[in-house]
Amino acid sequence: MSQYALEMKQITKTFPGVKALDRVSFSVKKGEIHALCGENGAGKSTLMKVLSGVYPTGNYHGDIFINGQPVAFRDIKGSQDAGVAIIYQELALVPEMTVAENIFLSHERMKKPVIDWHSLYAEAQYWLEQIGLKVDPQMRVSDLTVGKQQLIEIVKALTKKADILILDEPTAALTESDVDVLMRLLRALKSKGVTCIYISHKLGEVLEIADSVTVLRDGKTVSTDPIDVLTEDKIVSKMVGRALTEFFPYQAHQIGEEVLTVQDYQFKHGLTGDLLVKHASFSLRAGEILGVAGLMGAGRTELFTSLFGGYPGESSGQVVISGEAVNIRKPSDAIAKGLAYVSEDRKKYGLVMGMEISKNSTLAALKKVMPNHLIDRTLEVKRAEELTKKMRLKSHSLEADVSQLSGGNQQKVVLSKWLFTDPKILVLDEPTRGIDVGAKYEIYKIINELAAQGVAVVIISSELPEVLGMSDRIMVMSEGEVTGHLSRTEATQEKIMTYATLRRGKNEAVKSSGH
Amino acid sequence: MKQLNHQDTEQKPKIDISLNVQAYTLIIALIAIALIFSLFTGGEFLSPRNLSNLFNQMAVISVLSIGMTLIIVSGHIDLSVGSLAGLAGGIAAILQVWYGWGTVSVIAVGIIAGALLGLWQGWWVAYRAVPAFIVTLGGQLIFRGILIGISQGRTIAPLEPSFRFISNSYLPYSLGYLLAIVMVALFFFLTWKDRIKRNKLALQLASPLVDYGKVTIYGAGILLITFMLSLYYGVPLPMLIVVFFGGLFIFISNKTAFGRYIYAIGGNEEAAALSGINIKRHTLYVFVLMGALAGLAGIMLTSRLNAATVSAGDMYELDAIAACVIGGASLTGGKGKIVGAIIGALIMASIDNGMSMMNIQTFWQYIVKGLILIVAVWVDISNKKQTA
Repeated sequence: MSQYALEMKQITKTFPGVKALDRVSFSVKKGEIHALCGENGAGKSTLMKVLSGVYPTGNYHGDIFINGQPVAFRDIKGSQDAGVAIIYQELALVPEMTVAENIFLSHERMKKPVIDWHSLYAEAQYWLEQIGLKVDPQMRVSDLTVGKQQLIEIVKALTKKADILILDEPTAALTESDVDVLMRLLRALKSKGVTCIYISHKLGEVLEIADSVTVLRDGKTVSTDPIDVLTEDKIVSKMVGRALTEFFPYQAHQIGEEVLTVQDYQFKHGLTGDLLVKHASFSLRAGEILGVAGLMGAGRTELFTSLFGGYPGESSGQVVISGEAVNIRKPSDAIAKGLAYVSEDRKKYGLVMGMEISKNSTLAALKKVMPNHLIDRTLEVKRAEELTKKMRLKSHSLEADVSQLSGGNQQKVVLSKWLFTDPKILVLDEPTRGIDVGAKYEIYKIINELAAQGVAVVIISSELPEVLGMSDRIMVMSEGEVTGHLSRTEATQEKIMTYATLRRGKNEAVKSSGH
Repeated sequence: MKQLNHQDTEQKPKIDISLNVQAYTLIIALIAIALIFSLFTGGEFLSPRNLSNLFNQMAVISVLSIGMTLIIVSGHIDLSVGSLAGLAGGIAAILQVWYGWGTVSVIAVGIIAGALLGLWQGWWVAYRAVPAFIVTLGGQLIFRGILIGISQGRTIAPLEPSFRFISNSYLPYSLGYLLAIVMVALFFFLTWKDRIKRNKLALQLASPLVDYGKVTIYGAGILLITFMLSLYYGVPLPMLIVVFFGGLFIFISNKTAFGRYIYAIGGNEEAAALSGINIKRHTLYVFVLMGALAGLAGIMLTSRLNAATVSAGDMYELDAIAACVIGGASLTGGKGKIVGAIIGALIMASIDNGMSMMNIQTFWQYIVKGLILIVAVWVDISNKKQTA
């Protein structure tokens, strides 16, 4: 028997005009966790699609061996039968069904001709216990957190007798604690001899969990190394093909007068009645970059979305923009006051898919291409061209559908749209999420240019290196409250994490002091 | 491997062509249908008399489909327009036949009644967040009920000659030609102006041959149709109404903020809201416009039949929706063109008309229309898959 659970040799896959994979070789040892890294477009997903039979045999060149045996899959079913299971970024669970129903979807336990509910639930229970997940199999999946749902996906794969588990960006939507649970589970699976292929942009996780790392770049294998010879910098330089001397192009810039002052701001959501933001006070100056850190659910997005008028609800406290007290009730008020908000989910909240790039980029300030109260399409395209040129957007035509663009380019369209409103204050919520390293670097440069032009920038980010690398000043939030302010020089990951977890401790302290 | 696919399409100017493919497939389908029917009817289908009939027949559905395009683009649906048209026509007929009101005032009342009922439905959809499917399904029943109630179940006829004039008259030949020539000249002028502007702003320009060639073909088509119709009684007035409102709403959808916003709302409501667009108000406007157009359609229908009946406009909403969908509108919102919907209405009317001429039984017409609807959407979807 071979020592490799999986070997892919000389895999070449071409799309019309593009060689997506060029003689890629990829070998995974039995029972290891093998990370697959690369920029968006490096070929990771294509390689996994070849492996899982999405691209059937004959559609690519090269050979695949599983446990030393040559295989050729005609469809996804074929790869599943051979023990390969993919867990995609987008969950494939039915929210209205129970945990057990989801686990055994399409391979229900039967007492012919009906489903044997008792053994189905009993078996689901068994599997959940196996991986140490405390979830009632009768619960509806929609009642679980995204992290738990991800774990249910893994259970689902395991019940199908998967020996090779492929996780595609499994932690993209997970909270810190769910990430921990996932990591523990992966280690447990490893001890049981399950082989894991782990695709992630988060190199910290890769270093923590993986045994070896294969890096792809432009459809070619760059290297496969055991984890102990690697560092984050080494992986990044392999991914981008050059050393990133200064990944965060921070420049000291001229900081001007105060443009935003928030005093004792509170916000209560109108539909749920939740108090999302409590007693927030902070200020922001022209040309300053304020990083906002915090754990998932700390209220960062909620603070700025509500300031922007994006939620229905009641607010209290004082908001002053450029010396003028404002009462922003809806996004159009905010735009009129020079506040722009680039949301964290560009597909859901940022872009109108199916609409042209040019039309997307003028949507928030359409009046500016309406001399004589009518849309001047020619002027619109011209303005869009100017905007996107500044963003170094890559597209053959601005009259193309925005959904045709890559993630990084889509983000540039969203940025263009908000810059077209001439904001004084630009809030960027997770501006580089799901974007490859090259595009990230460009976005950072654009942010710096904007700050240099005197725009006050807020960067909300869950990636601490990004917050630390880009900000002049850092504000930390926890459970809807601002828990700390740090200057660029004093900020460290540890200090941020202390503030980010502060609230609960403080509460207890207050209680114990007999308040 | 999404990424690489994207890069692939980003480099090649493939999309621009494919965007137009749909518009051309429609026209090609229309021409094919016309040729097939003329073959089976010995050329009778394309005779001046029949063309004139055809344009008369399609007018009511066309007016409805103009409004329906706005509704569908904004991500909604309106199942009440048939009943609403019937009711608006009924109100107008009752006021005229029973109470002796003048034609101009009953037309105004019919259209305003349509707009108000549209407002009412739009309020439920926009401000009470009841799905449009439900609101307008309710409206369908309610409006039909009101019509039966106020007409006491009777057919209301006959109308005054001035009312009948709307759907049963023709433009004088000279006026027909004049309007056609003005239209063609306008097309040339707009193309010329656009080219100058693009040139001034240093934007990409298609070759003059392509731009002016297109206009020449459209212009020739317009003049040919006008000529054919002049061999009979001339351009029917309902056709002029369709052209006028079609043009007006194409203008609104392309040139006004309202038009742009409804595409954005239908395409991604949340993104539109965060871009500062007032979703509720624009949704309300869409329903008001639909209501007014349904009122107009009701007037035209009543005029054509010279009577208001309790079943007038029954099921017209489905024809209007089908016309939009055949014309490329997507029921998920954000996508659809008024010109497509009008061509869609023409395709539907051609099938009815052609099959009747071939003496094919009515039941076949239903079956064929149903199949065409399904195939049209399938073609659209498979086109999209190829380009994506």
